[in-house]
Amino acid sequence: MNPVISLKQASLKFGRRALWEDLNLDINPGEFFAVLGPNGSGKTSFLKVLLGLQELHSGHVSLGGHPVERGSRLIGYIPQQKPFLPDTPMRARDLVGLGVDGHRWGIRLGTAKANRRIDELLDLVGASDYAKVPVGQLSGGEQQRLRVAQALATDPKVLLCDEPLLSLDLHHQQAVSALINKQCHDRKSAVVFVTHEINPIIDYVDRILYLAGGRFSVGTPHEVMTTEVLSDLYDSNVEVIHANGRIVVVGLPDATTHHHDDAHAAAGEGS
Amino acid sequence: MDLDSLLQSVFNFENYGELLVLVQNSLWAGAVLGLLGGLVGTFVMKRDLAFAVHGISELSFAGAAFALLIGTDVVFGSLVGSVAAALLLGLMGVRARDKNSIIGVIMPFGLGLGILFLSLYEGRAANKFGLLTGQIVSVDTVQLQVLAGTAVAVMAALCVIWRPLSFASVDPELAEARGVPVRSLALVFMVLLGVSVALSIQIVGALLVLALLITPAAAALRVTSSPRLVVLLSVVFAVSATVGGILLALGGRIPISPYVTTLSFLIYVVCRVIGSVRARRGLNGRVMRTA
Repeated sequence: MNPVISLKQASLKFGRRALWEDLNLDINPGEFFAVLGPNGSGKTSFLKVLLGLQELHSGHVSLGGHPVERGSRLIGYIPQQKPFLPDTPMRARDLVGLGVDGHRWGIRLGTAKANRRIDELLDLVGASDYAKVPVGQLSGGEQQRLRVAQALATDPKVLLCDEPLLSLDLHHQQAVSALINKQCHDRKSAVVFVTHEINPIIDYVDRILYLAGGRFSVGTPHEVMTTEVLSDLYDSNVEVIHANGRIVVVGLPDATTHHHDDAHAAAGEGS
Repeated sequence: MDLDSLLQSVFNFENYGELLVLVQNSLWAGAVLGLLGGLVGTFVMKRDLAFAVHGISELSFAGAAFALLIGTDVVFGSLVGSVAAALLLGLMGVRARDKNSIIGVIMPFGLGLGILFLSLYEGRAANKFGLLTGQIVSVDTVQLQVLAGTAVAVMAALCVIWRPLSFASVDPELAEARGVPVRSLALVFMVLLGVSVALSIQIVGALLVLALLITPAAAALRVTSSPRLVVLLSVVFAVSATVGGILLALGGRIPISPYVTTLSFLIYVVCRVIGSVRARRGLNGRVMRTA
């Protein structure tokens, strides 16, 4: 099986600060790949590299066998949640419709066919009841379900998710991650799932890329989420506790001590 | 002037039938521009470019005034001015805040240039005034054909980029991820917008272009969020305003633009009221299920 995403000796730097260096990585179809790490460690930048919106400092990255370009038809993307303005001129079904054929030229001619697909997707994520509500008037959880429907619309080979569970309650978290997992295993999409919290998806994850302090570790959750590996990455004593199929990391360096770094990274990532 | 003669100059429907024949070309021109304005306007709203339209029209005015001064075609002059302004904005203003300040800088400069050219011009005063307030009464058949041809070309181009442009306008981050050429589309749209502004200036003038390119689409958005309905209503509103405005203006002694802008404004007010009544009743299309 050919990998659908491939990074070779990839490095990413902002100024002199390296986010990660010499990363070699293949992600296969049907693989659920999680990217973890503290704020400012380069998780979102990793996605931007795959989206072609962020140039590597050195190395190569390919998607579907070709060098990464600015965006791709192969990609389904669930962005970090950013609520729509209340007067956005678009209903729920129109947002999903953009995922179905928004990238095509011309005007939509096969309306019936597109509508059928949109209804199918709305039904899949349980959004049929608010199909005709303007997106700006929907709750965060409802908007996020639509994002999932939109991302799945073209049955993408690669599904990139940037903190898709953020601001969702537990029930919605489970629903959304189950949908993404279904796409991954039933339709053999490669999923790259950026998150700072592994537990909601722990049952689905095949491999993890853990980014911290300019270094990284790749492997199964079993290999990466250990006291030794994380202590080494964070360069301090971190303890990883496995309990009831959940993973708790104790003693992470205080987030506030990284404040300057975070602000720097946010500025870098935003550009 | 007493009220009676004031009314006489605003509304006068004597010899209406004869006048109607004379302005047939103007009516067609109004209809074409309404159609164009209604279509382009929906994207202007989606892309939050209302202020940009104003800036472009000011530079278009400067271009037209310069053409008048040196004795070449005024329409061509205004076209050059507005396309140059549109491209400038498209290339420079990437971020919204940046864009607004650039427009704020360009606008008075364009208007100032226009006034300079007009004060140097020694021809008929009506020509000068027409650039600012519109002068559609005197459209001949050749002009109408050029106008219609250009408008059709703009609309055809708009149709070709319709879907990706919509995607890039309301959901740019996702559009970019899906490989939609967001930046090129923005530039192409700015050119189409520049041409539309230049054409619209002929009917309502540089100062009132917003009434054709913003108000109808803004009114439509008050009453519906369905993309198709927005386009349809926006076109209907714009055509009603232009054609209705010309019909009302026939007998009076004042220019057409106040009629067009007033109709356009009234349509907006009505839509706004309908929209707020609906919002108060909580009607937003959600299917309520009783548990």
